[in-house]
Amino acid sequence: MSGELALILALAAGTYAFRLAGPLLQGRVELPARVQELLTAGAMVLLAALLATGALTESGGFAGWARPAGVLVGGVLAWRRAPFAVVVLAAAGAAALLRAAGVP
Amino acid sequence: MRSVQRTRIEADLVRDVSLVCLAGGVVGVSFGAIAVAGGLPAWVPVAMSLLVFAGSAQFSAVGILLAGGGPVAAAATGLLLNTRTAAFSLAVAGHLGSGWLARLAGAHLVTDETAAFTLAQPDPARRRAAFWISGLGLFAVWNAGVAAGALAGGALGDTARFGLDAAFPAVLAALVLPALREDARLRRAALPGAALALAATPVVPAGVPVLLALAGLVLHAGGRRPA
Repeated sequence: MSGELALILALAAGTYAFRLAGPLLQGRVELPARVQELLTAGAMVLLAALLATGALTESGGFAGWARPAGVLVGGVLAWRRAPFAVVVLAAAGAAALLRAAGVP
Repeated sequence: MRSVQRTRIEADLVRDVSLVCLAGGVVGVSFGAIAVAGGLPAWVPVAMSLLVFAGSAQFSAVGILLAGGGPVAAAATGLLLNTRTAAFSLAVAGHLGSGWLARLAGAHLVTDETAAFTLAQPDPARRRAAFWISGLGLFAVWNAGVAAGALAGGALGDTARFGLDAAFPAVLAALVLPALREDARLRRAALPGAALALAATPVVPAGVPVLLALAGLVLHAGGRRPA
């Protein structure tokens, strides 16, 4: 078996095992309401952290100014409850414009 | 009346998901193109996308392979990045449906984006619809995009030119910030968590920073102790 195939199968099997955690527990264990609430809060905390690291960093370093500036535009619009499409397109558009203007 | 409202809500959902699918499809094309341009056979990105279906882990694994890091390091990094899907699967498990087939197939569709779309909905019926619409839509366009990119090669150029790298954090902003605005307890947990993840990013392996953010949950108790 080639190294690439082994890599794909190992990564796929491990990832699917992580993804099965919820469905396997669901229905077998009655989770207390507080635990259920913490699981939802935990997912939101993870998403907020992904938002922050995805906006500001790339390969462990600073992502440059255009991306965080674009995300900031989208973030302000999201906070003010702008429609989803407006948030996403404004963020991408702002980053693209800044890059076209020479901002890294 | 009820069904009219429901159709309207699902139309909104489909529109929002379509936009993310469009962006995901373009990033998929770039993933396929980068992998093949780097010298990997076309089946590698295509099979990886079908079986792993996790963008950040796929980019990291292929990046390590192309840099000569070897398949073991590539798999380990991808797995570390995907540990967070366990937390997402626990959070959305109640919204996949009741049959075993729905749970087994649905598990494969758990990603950052499907979790965000699902948890942004206010009630169980809409959460279930959001999970399946976003999961199936993203799976279809991601894999179609990767296959197209693997066959076509590097015609697309750098997707950062279109600001697509800003689009994905903005998707999370659109889905997460309204909840943070409403819920002060969630804010108390999420803001220090995100700050910790940012501070840790330069010094720990990829995938670990967002897991460290979960430490913010100790501040979510708000006077009540976890059961």
